[in-house]
Amino acid sequence: MAAWSPFKKIAASLFGVTGATAAFTVYNLEKRPLKAAELLLHPPAYEWAHNKVFGSFDAASLRRGYLVYKNVCKQCHSIKYLAFREMVGVFMTEEEAKAEAAEVDIVDGPDDTGEMFERPGKLSDKLPMPYRNDEEARFANNGALPPDLSYIVLARHGGEDYVFSLLTGYCDPPEGFDLKDGLHYNPYFAGGAIGMAQALFPGIYEYADGTPAPVSQLAKDVTEFLAWIAQPELNTRKEMAIKFLMVMTFLLPSVYYWKRFKWAPIKNLKIEFRPPKPPARDQTGTATLKFRKGIPKLRLTDQIYKTLQTE
Amino acid sequence: MKNQMMKHNPMGKMANSLIQLACPKNISALWSFGSLLGLCLITQILTGIFLAMFYIPNIYQAFDSAIYISRDVNFGWLIRSIHANSASMFFICIYTHTGRGIYYSSHQMKETWMVGVTLLLITILTAFLGYVLPWGQMSFWAATVITNLLSAIPYLGSTIVNWIWGGFSVSNATLTRFYALHFLFPFLISALSLMHIIFLHQSGSSNPLGLNSNNETMKFHIYFSAKDLIGVILLWIMLGSVVLLKPNLLIDPENFIPANPLVTPTHIQPEWYFLPMYAILRSIPNKLGGVLALIMSIAILYFLPMMNKPITKSASMNPKNKIAFWLLVTNFIVLMWIGSKPVESPFEEIGQIMTVTYFSIYMIMSKN
Repeated sequence: MAAWSPFKKIAASLFGVTGATAAFTVYNLEKRPLKAAELLLHPPAYEWAHNKVFGSFDAASLRRGYLVYKNVCKQCHSIKYLAFREMVGVFMTEEEAKAEAAEVDIVDGPDDTGEMFERPGKLSDKLPMPYRNDEEARFANNGALPPDLSYIVLARHGGEDYVFSLLTGYCDPPEGFDLKDGLHYNPYFAGGAIGMAQALFPGIYEYADGTPAPVSQLAKDVTEFLAWIAQPELNTRKEMAIKFLMVMTFLLPSVYYWKRFKWAPIKNLKIEFRPPKPPARDQTGTATLKFRKGIPKLRLTDQIYKTLQTE
Repeated sequence: MKNQMMKHNPMGKMANSLIQLACPKNISALWSFGSLLGLCLITQILTGIFLAMFYIPNIYQAFDSAIYISRDVNFGWLIRSIHANSASMFFICIYTHTGRGIYYSSHQMKETWMVGVTLLLITILTAFLGYVLPWGQMSFWAATVITNLLSAIPYLGSTIVNWIWGGFSVSNATLTRFYALHFLFPFLISALSLMHIIFLHQSGSSNPLGLNSNNETMKFHIYFSAKDLIGVILLWIMLGSVVLLKPNLLIDPENFIPANPLVTPTHIQPEWYFLPMYAILRSIPNKLGGVLALIMSIAILYFLPMMNKPITKSASMNPKNKIAFWLLVTNFIVLMWIGSKPVESPFEEIGQIMTVTYFSIYMIMSKN
């Protein structure tokens, strides 16, 4: 490789320095808060098995998470888009899910007399809501509306990490923090003051499968359950991804080879100039070139021939 | 028999014109993005038709119907995800296609270029209309912010905004008409794409050397169809990986919350592909000025054939245009980053510098 000219060296150095400075600036602007108001505690990144490239949900954790939701969160939060039937084959058998549904009373109707009536839940029913409407929910919770949890994991920046950190992040407010009555301090919540009190405590619930239930385990299980509700298709999707990528791994080289095969004659086309052989000469020393029919014969003198050869 | 069909049947003639099309021998993979855009359009139309079978354009049901598609329709999550993410692929292809056009001075083919820029504008509009339909928080507030831009038009602004809304705020009438237009525009895009291709076939493709394209040509089929197929597979791999592994990668978390006119999200921002234009809009302190700059950021492409008449068509032969082009690309990426940031120092100042630079680069390119 030829040595670079001084100009090129200076240009390359300038480019490198500018690029590095720009990258450093962007990194710092991205990572660090610019104002005191932005001093919000960002959740650490946890390794969720289902968030790995080909990872899937932990069925046992989902089952435990559902029980935590049912015994703790359900008092205030709804999951209005989840039907009992969706649990079948994921972390419950059909019989278990039917029994789970039958535990709740669903308002149905009207009947033949025009009256609404209550019946035991069925697999096709959605999970019942703790309040009849938002107003009742606000009234019961000091003015704060407990959000529906169906898409909570997708609807919050930080996803599972945020939900888990929020559930485990309750602590005393720092010195000087003005916490109003009825609010609770949580550094992961925007503003720090959250209406929801700490809900998970050690020993609040005992798992039937014998898994120890410290707060972190309870929070992990319920977060995984909430992540599943938001994307119940995840396991199917990842399976499909494996099949899709396997097919593509075969298809891409095949098509690439086929393209190369078709293009081979074009890519290997060699264009070269072959000078004509010296034509025969008559006694006077004049050469005659024969062309196609209809085109007059070209008589070449030595001078013209030499010119052609040179060109 | 087959040859007779190709020669005499009108449909056969059309197909034949594509199969037998003479293409310059030396066009690179960058020339594949046109056909990839066709693929994206077909994907969007097909998945869109299936989504339209279940979607309900009503403010009380739109969000729920989108959820219904994802949860209760067979493979509804797949169709919805392909439709949403394919829009991103569409814009990756459209920006690369336009960038290639600028680099190799394809704007010298005036008719093709003008139709192309119109296609870009209508595609942007269609994507914006589609973003409103799921009726999440970001859908609603994007609709509110963008439609309000028209109020900057002197005298008629607020009247036009109310006319577009079909009321005095973004409401049910707005959603219904946005849905109707989102369904209609792809047909317009298809028709314009056909015009784009017809004009292209009249002049022939440009080529990386910027030389006369008629010197060395080959049939489109089998050579370029084989080459384009590699692009198709790569696009599928990219789209498939996003759809199947990280379907919500490019979706704002706010859009998983149903639209609520009483709660404004802390940070409103459009989809990634509109961020550069959004950054330009916010960089101008005056509303009308911002709107004009926003429109001009795309409309400037209409003036490129008049502004830029380089001696050498390909920027690879023209160091000034080559540097200017890569500056433009960098500028576009920085604007995209700025568009995702709050309007505060230093993002505001960086955005303003980048906006001035964005338009200046076109001026530099226009000088020979």
